[in-house]
Amino acid sequence: MTQYKMHLLVCGGTSCGASESEQLFQNLKNEIIEKGLENEVQVITTGCFGFCEKGPIIKVLPDNTFYTQVKPGDATEIIAEHVIKGRRVNRLLYINPETKEAVSDSKHMGFYRKQLRIALRNCGFIDPENIEEYIARDGYAAIAKCLTEMTPAQVIEEMKKSGLRGRGGGGFPTGLKWEITSKSQADQKYVVCNADEGDPGAFMDRSILEGDPHSVIEAMAICGYCIGATKGVVYIRAEYPLAVERLKIAMKQASEYGLLGTHIFGTEFSFEIDIRYGAGAFVCGEETALIHSMEGFRGEPTIKPPFPSVSGYLGKPTNVNNVETFANVPVIINKGADWFASIGSEKSKGTKVFALAGKINNVGLIEVPMGTTLRDIIFEIGGGIKDGKKFKAVQTGGPSGGCLTEKHLDIAIDFDSLTAAGSMMGSGGMIVMDEDDCMVSIAKFYLDFTVEESCGKCAPCRIGNKRLNEMLEKICAGKGTMEDLDLLRNLSYVIKDTSLCGLGQTSPNPVLSTMENFYHEYLAHIVDKKCPSGQCKALLQYVIDEENCVGCTACARNCPVNAIAGERKGMHIIDQSTCIKCGACLEKCKFNAVFIK
Amino acid sequence: MTKITSLADLKSIKASVEAKVSLRERSETPESMVQIRVAMATCGIASGAKIVMDYMINELDKRNIPAFVTQTGCMGYCYAEPTIEVTRPGHQPLVFGFVDSKKADQIIEKYIKNGELLDGIIPVNYENIEGK
Repeated sequence: MTQYKMHLLVCGGTSCGASESEQLFQNLKNEIIEKGLENEVQVITTGCFGFCEKGPIIKVLPDNTFYTQVKPGDATEIIAEHVIKGRRVNRLLYINPETKEAVSDSKHMGFYRKQLRIALRNCGFIDPENIEEYIARDGYAAIAKCLTEMTPAQVIEEMKKSGLRGRGGGGFPTGLKWEITSKSQADQKYVVCNADEGDPGAFMDRSILEGDPHSVIEAMAICGYCIGATKGVVYIRAEYPLAVERLKIAMKQASEYGLLGTHIFGTEFSFEIDIRYGAGAFVCGEETALIHSMEGFRGEPTIKPPFPSVSGYLGKPTNVNNVETFANVPVIINKGADWFASIGSEKSKGTKVFALAGKINNVGLIEVPMGTTLRDIIFEIGGGIKDGKKFKAVQTGGPSGGCLTEKHLDIAIDFDSLTAAGSMMGSGGMIVMDEDDCMVSIAKFYLDFTVEESCGKCAPCRIGNKRLNEMLEKICAGKGTMEDLDLLRNLSYVIKDTSLCGLGQTSPNPVLSTMENFYHEYLAHIVDKKCPSGQCKALLQYVIDEENCVGCTACARNCPVNAIAGERKGMHIIDQSTCIKCGACLEKCKFNAVFIK
Repeated sequence: MTKITSLADLKSIKASVEAKVSLRERSETPESMVQIRVAMATCGIASGAKIVMDYMINELDKRNIPAFVTQTGCMGYCYAEPTIEVTRPGHQPLVFGFVDSKKADQIIEKYIKNGELLDGIIPVNYENIEGK
């Protein structure tokens, strides 16, 4: 049996691969065999370390040495010095940019890890169906502290001091919201958890409910204590069956332990939670629409004021917060507002969970302090763009947000900087696009979504978005005019200014931001009748190259609409008026004679 | 079920659970248990985490390896699902990605039995709130 004494972990992430990690891996292996160490030292490749800027990376176990920017040629030295003689290769150690000192031990390299998990602290760590594991991680200690040591006003003060802002999109200060609701007088008040996560590509709320449901239950009870509510309701989309199941299990366990119900922690405070299912309408993420849906009415928004904090669910004062917001609350109480406020940027405190999706290597759920740059998120944690393609844009904030480009990569992202850059935080979906994506089509994709999801109550949103979508369709079909561009912009502003709720007020953002940042792509579609990324089918032309065509007839035989004519062993021609741009000819041609113009 | 009616109750439950967990993780004795966490959020299950978890439970049992297999939520490595975290007694936890039954078999035979590492380990790339 082989018992290895030492392991060399070589980063096999795509970015490190691009900087010769494979050759490095081979060299290390060869060197080990040459020195006869193959039974003592094992070399393996790992996934991405999230530190791509300094790749390729090697981590040595068991001593935890961390080497950065290692070249294939360094293999000999690492084996000769570190492995055989036990001396670290100093020139390859990471230099801490702040202290200018070499850091050898990856345990002291916490700062290279750009992620900090607060809301996701227990996700992937505890068994969500076991309340004891949550308790072992300080679970329900925050509610105990609030009930036994603090007055509601003190808890609200702590929340205000922490600077926590609503993670569902708007970024409204949570403590302030609680304070306003606490001041409303009523015989009953409600705490509502908004788990109607609707942005395409965002799934952090689902993950929190699936991975750590107790944190949301605990936070709702804390909120109830603060505002004077004894009832909580979770509004969750029925499309999240596992989240619902785990939430129900958690609620049952909490009740069994006396952490929900009457006389919690031996005090006079009582709290219980109910679940309401949503059918998955995007507009129901808006507080007033959500409340109407909970009451059994159509999910349509109403004009604010009155705000839910005055008149909400069943006409009673209601405090609505989103799942991720709640997940932060117990930590703030346990660790203190000052601790929380020390993380993040000036006006946005704490961390934010982002769902990384699209053309990015490490698709996943990440949590970073507010103020982290897009560059760090995309090129370090995200491991860069898939297949070595060029970064073009990142869409944040879902259908209400906008596209950010290369020039925005270094802004420190928080609620305010994203808004200033013409996008928004939204719930934290981040869809990364590469050079192959057509920005006009992307705008159209989001408009398709909005048109589908508009509740239809107010005319600007219902009709305006439909018209915007039609204009985008026209442009993608190559029939757009310059007047359409002006109309597109004007109509966008009208919709923004006159819509009833947040859905309509933000729905033209994808159009406006792509027009702002990718005006040349709109021009290409309208003036040159070309789609620069080759995505808009109507603007493509499949053509056969005279030189390469040998007349094999493969294209003509496979064309589903018989648009290709030509004699055997003679030049073939595609009839553009019949061609449906299916691409079958391009796929079948073995001589590279078919190309896209 | 005894209800928690005071802070002291909560603390005593916390202490007893913590003791159980740390015994599992830190003990150096060979008979102490290997701990395996399977990321079982919707996305993990969709890519086969349930099958992997069942396989692990059955195979570890068949091969007489004392182990504690639990489910957990999303670890965040969606690109590498199914993901599992293996903690050998006295060792740092390691996360393995793209685990199917074949890979699970290798993890048992090579890593759990012999401490031999496998390609495709996912380095933990985040900090947790402890010590922060």
